[in-house]
Amino acid sequence: MNKSALIAAALLGAACSLGVAAQEPAAPAAETVPWETWQAGNEVSNVASLQRGFRNFMNYCAGCHSMKYVRYSRVATDLKIPTGMLKADLLPDGAAPADYIHASLQGQDGVAWFGKEPPDLSLIARSLGVDKSYRFLKTFYLDPSRPTRTNNLVLDAAAMPAVLSDLEGVKAAVFRDVKVTVDGRTMTEKKFDHFVTVVPGRMSGPEFDAFLRDTVNFLDYAGEPAQVDRRSIGVWVVLFLLVFTWFAWLLKQEYWKDVH
Amino acid sequence: MASNDAEYSPGFWGWLNKRLPVGKFMREQLLEYYAPKNFNVWYFFGSLALVVLVMQLFSGIFLTMFYKVGETTSFDSVEFIMREVNYGWLLRYLHSVGASAFFVVIYLHMYRALMYGSYKAPRELLWLFGMFIYLALMAEAFMGYVLPWGNMSYWAAQVIINIFGTIPVIGPGLVEWIRGDYGVADATLNRFFSLHVVAIPLVLLLLVALHLVALREVGSNNPDGIEIKAHRGADGKPLDGIPFHPYYTVKDIVGIGLFLTLFAVVVFFVPTFGNLFLEEANFEPANPLSTPEPIAPAWYFTPFYAILRAIPNQRLGALLLLIAVMAFFFLPWLDRSPVRSIRYRGWWFRGFLAVFTISFGALMWLGLKPVTVAYVNAARVFSVGYFAFFLLMPWYSRWDRVKPVPDRVRFHE
Repeated sequence: MNKSALIAAALLGAACSLGVAAQEPAAPAAETVPWETWQAGNEVSNVASLQRGFRNFMNYCAGCHSMKYVRYSRVATDLKIPTGMLKADLLPDGAAPADYIHASLQGQDGVAWFGKEPPDLSLIARSLGVDKSYRFLKTFYLDPSRPTRTNNLVLDAAAMPAVLSDLEGVKAAVFRDVKVTVDGRTMTEKKFDHFVTVVPGRMSGPEFDAFLRDTVNFLDYAGEPAQVDRRSIGVWVVLFLLVFTWFAWLLKQEYWKDVH
Repeated sequence: MASNDAEYSPGFWGWLNKRLPVGKFMREQLLEYYAPKNFNVWYFFGSLALVVLVMQLFSGIFLTMFYKVGETTSFDSVEFIMREVNYGWLLRYLHSVGASAFFVVIYLHMYRALMYGSYKAPRELLWLFGMFIYLALMAEAFMGYVLPWGNMSYWAAQVIINIFGTIPVIGPGLVEWIRGDYGVADATLNRFFSLHVVAIPLVLLLLVALHLVALREVGSNNPDGIEIKAHRGADGKPLDGIPFHPYYTVKDIVGIGLFLTLFAVVVFFVPTFGNLFLEEANFEPANPLSTPEPIAPAWYFTPFYAILRAIPNQRLGALLLLIAVMAFFFLPWLDRSPVRSIRYRGWWFRGFLAVFTISFGALMWLGLKPVTVAYVNAARVFSVGYFAFFLLMPWYSRWDRVKPVPDRVRFHE
């Protein structure tokens, strides 16, 4: 965890020095990257994906972000992770399986280091939505004006640094000027066009994408752990009610025969 | 079922009936209660409202066992219910989807009354009791919405309570009295809990009882708007009536089955109903420093909210909101038509009802949208349509060229 954060910081530093060159695109991209329409496309019933997502969360998120409503043991049960493996590879030192997921980072340190306490992520998939969470994690770019040296397309001036740049690489964003007319006045706005890779990461594009989908999938699960059960029970409830209604209708037809 | 003789037979049934008129009650209220035989699907919604009421009471009782009211505990306890109480998620979704279902059912029930003139004499009191149920339901739903203490709960409470602040002279003091604090806070949450789980449910049950007693007294209207009591057979029973039990009990069970099927689809597969029944902003704890954008009340209040926002003057907007809700109370006296049912009304009434229907739906949609010039202007147009239905009714209902009403109900089976 600490190691990867250090690598990320080092890469960011290197990238910042290169960043100036990247902000001037060699050639305009064929088309604007449609990041606002990207979808997470995750599947909560995919247990293998959830297991990878939980691993990713514990390795990259749980240092700073808590999930104060989620117990390790519940995750292990739902995600079919053996208790031995949970204890050996996933539980932080000193935590018991029945504990809730609490970040190592202390709230006050978060305020001192990032300007705010990193938010609890138990319900982030429900309040922000899975698609927006996915877009957020995928649209960090270099911005030397920010204290973290990075910024984000989804959440401008995000306090969170680009913690996944070790995997994804470091990107610069290319903006173009667009004329916007609001209430009769024309203004020039900077609109995002595309990303340029400044420092490649350890993962290829598709690998990183799969990594994000797994992670967001876990966030989705954590937002409502009962959702897979809910849907599978729902099928039987609806089937029962359809059969019940059919019999009720037959009964009604029988009684109403003599109404004229 | 129980005949007179059976009620006094030896054995437990007879023993019971000599002490408590169970059989007599069932005989008089169900077997000898004659309802028009021509009810259509619109007549399911009364019994469905009763089903939803019972469902809300039961799911509410169980939720109250785990919910911990308080500024610092409410949000956490709702998540505790969702995650750690066995089938707690089901209880919560039944209750939250149930609240929306209640309004769906009640709105359709009220719309039925508009179409078939069920509010007209001699059913004015029946209609008024129904409207008081609707008011109580609005209060119940609003206060329940505040209880999870999410960010939308907090801000919706802020907005709705502040509407009372527009009342001249007493407004500011009244707002403080409602909140029990200088802002929406722990005191507000606690009293809303008390009102939501005790006071208003009691009022609701009393009003429902009065609504049913009044219904039993005047009898149901029907899609033809004809009094079935006007034509009785030799035995004194209405010719176009059939005993409520077994005919309408078995028919209502079909309606309940259909309703519960749709209800279960929502509860189990789309409980948030695309942000309408549970909003994204309400999965963040209440935060007085962060306003959700846009603030919108739950969908069943948005028609009135859109009217409020359409008026640039706050006080006037609040007044129109009040009139928009209260206008329904005056329908029995605004309507001057000699006929009840839309089947025999002319194009004036049908036209205005269509305008009202479109306006209500459009305002509902607009109330969920952010405030922009185009949306606010649209809300103004539809507000005019909404009020025109009520305010012009004394005239157009009289001018309407009504069709002759048949003597007996039309019945197709």
